Amino acid sequence: MTDVTASATKAPAGALRRLLRRKLAILGLAIIAVVVLGALFAPWIAPYAPEEQLFDGLTLEGAPLAPDATFIFGTDLLGRDLFSRMLYGAQTSLVIGVVANGIALAIGTLIGVTAGFFRGWIGGGLMRLTDLMMAFPALLLAICLAAIFTPSLWIVAMVIALVNWVQTARVIYTETTALAEREFIAAERTLGAGTGRILFRHILPHLVPTVIVWGTLGISTTVLLEATLSFLGVGVQPPTPSWGNIIFENQTYFQAAPWLVFIPGAAIVLLALAFNLVGDALRDVLDPTQRGRD
Amino acid sequence: MAAYLARRLIQSVLILLGVSFITFLLLYVLPADPVRQIAGRAATAQTVENIRQQLGLDQPFLVQYGRYLGNLLHGDLGRSYLQKTDVAELIWSRLPASLLLMAGGIACELVLGLTLGVIAALWRGRALDQGLMVGSFVAVSAPQFVVGLLLLYVFAVRLGWFPIGGYGTFAHLVLPALTLGILGSGWYSRMMRSSMIEVLRADYIRTARAKGLDRARVILRHALPNAILPIVAMIGIDIGIFMGGIVVVESVFGWPGMGQLAWQAIQRVDIPIIMGVTLVSATAIVLGNLLADLIAPLVDPRIKLR
Repeated sequence: MTDVTASATKAPAGALRRLLRRKLAILGLAIIAVVVLGALFAPWIAPYAPEEQLFDGLTLEGAPLAPDATFIFGTDLLGRDLFSRMLYGAQTSLVIGVVANGIALAIGTLIGVTAGFFRGWIGGGLMRLTDLMMAFPALLLAICLAAIFTPSLWIVAMVIALVNWVQTARVIYTETTALAEREFIAAERTLGAGTGRILFRHILPHLVPTVIVWGTLGISTTVLLEATLSFLGVGVQPPTPSWGNIIFENQTYFQAAPWLVFIPGAAIVLLALAFNLVGDALRDVLDPTQRGRD
Repeated sequence: MAAYLARRLIQSVLILLGVSFITFLLLYVLPADPVRQIAGRAATAQTVENIRQQLGLDQPFLVQYGRYLGNLLHGDLGRSYLQKTDVAELIWSRLPASLLLMAGGIACELVLGLTLGVIAALWRGRALDQGLMVGSFVAVSAPQFVVGLLLLYVFAVRLGWFPIGGYGTFAHLVLPALTLGILGSGWYSRMMRSSMIEVLRADYIRTARAKGLDRARVILRHALPNAILPIVAMIGIDIGIFMGGIVVVESVFGWPGMGQLAWQAIQRVDIPIIMGVTLVSATAIVLGNLLADLIAPLVDPRIKLR
């Protein structure tokens, strides 16, 4: 038992060191750092206000300006500086990524652990609920919910959380049932440990690596779903900039002004990619059975 | 086997009942009022009330749901509020386009994913392998509307190889199918790579090589079929992902399928269509999962049906 707690406290430092040995993980962390810094310091970095329709932001014919020295990402259909809007859009993506994914992770873990540990009719009922959610076309459900409510940032976050907890619940459920059958849990029980002690001292700490991995990968899914909802016009609503709704607002003009679609598009891909790279590296680093494999 | 199938089918029906109940409930409690949509802004309170009564929307929730289920048993999905057509007929008319798109998507993801996965496995650890694996990460990190718009811009707008949107010929299908397939190709290439690496390590491959068979023959005849099987068994699961994907892809390319139908219905709060499309999608997902579970033991006899 002491061994378990000792290795649990030692693991993070070692895991971090192993993580930093991977080039792709470092690339992912670097991208995340850039986006986080850009979002945090947006008011200071942004050359213009995100909603300001600039006097010299359009050509004489009223077309948006291509990227140049003054507007490094160009301007949009309303003559607003795209770089400034991207910085504020990063705030939206990150807030939704963290909040929606945090809620989804909490619901998923709670349901997964409860179902896996208590089994019986509670566990059975919860897993049937999970099966039910799996049968829903997730994106369709999210679009439907987001379209029918008037979507604010927080509603979008809730909708995404409601759709995204299922995967986590299934993974955590499988892990918990496997853990609950292990010998050391039986030993604890024989020694007279109560349910609470087993759950909080032994089951939950073992689930931490899985929660970290799924939490990281989940941010990527969340960022993509937010972008998709906003692209369809049912996500975060203009004038609040989000990378998805920048594309939504400008897509009718994308043949003439492709930068208005592909700069925010590239940003979405990079951010989702970064969390996928870090999550994948974390999975290898934190899962002892994967160690030594390619 | 028969008992297993019977149990799974009963479970599937129960799940679909649950899906129908939850969707109906959500649409009932949500703040959007379909009657307002039908009546229009200028309608008087009396007109609104009349329409509400006509559609039976003034009834208590359980009565409404019970009637919906009753009709469903007769294969009746109800009538669209705004288009005044049978929902079943509307879905039926859109289904072929969506099925064609999904078939194209599956073909793209399998051809791309499996080929790239095998190449990565054979060149394991080299620059080519690493490049392909980074590429697979990009593929699963790219939202479908970005992929769609990029393909559209490069191959339709700039190069002019394919039409910009629409439906009808094979050329119309290429870009939407590719867009739908790229996401899955990322997952398939990763799975194919590890499956292939595992098979190449197996004893029977070493035996085949030791017998003096040449490398190409061993890879094509012995390794490949064994590595592909466990992966092809997963196609059923893709159906769920495709059911969401078609909404986005059809909207980007103006593809006249079920996804567009659903998207328009959602915007107009046309509840019978939303219900119908959700149920058809859920049925496809449930059957897809069942299919995947049934195929798994055929592919790998160690897996037992439970």
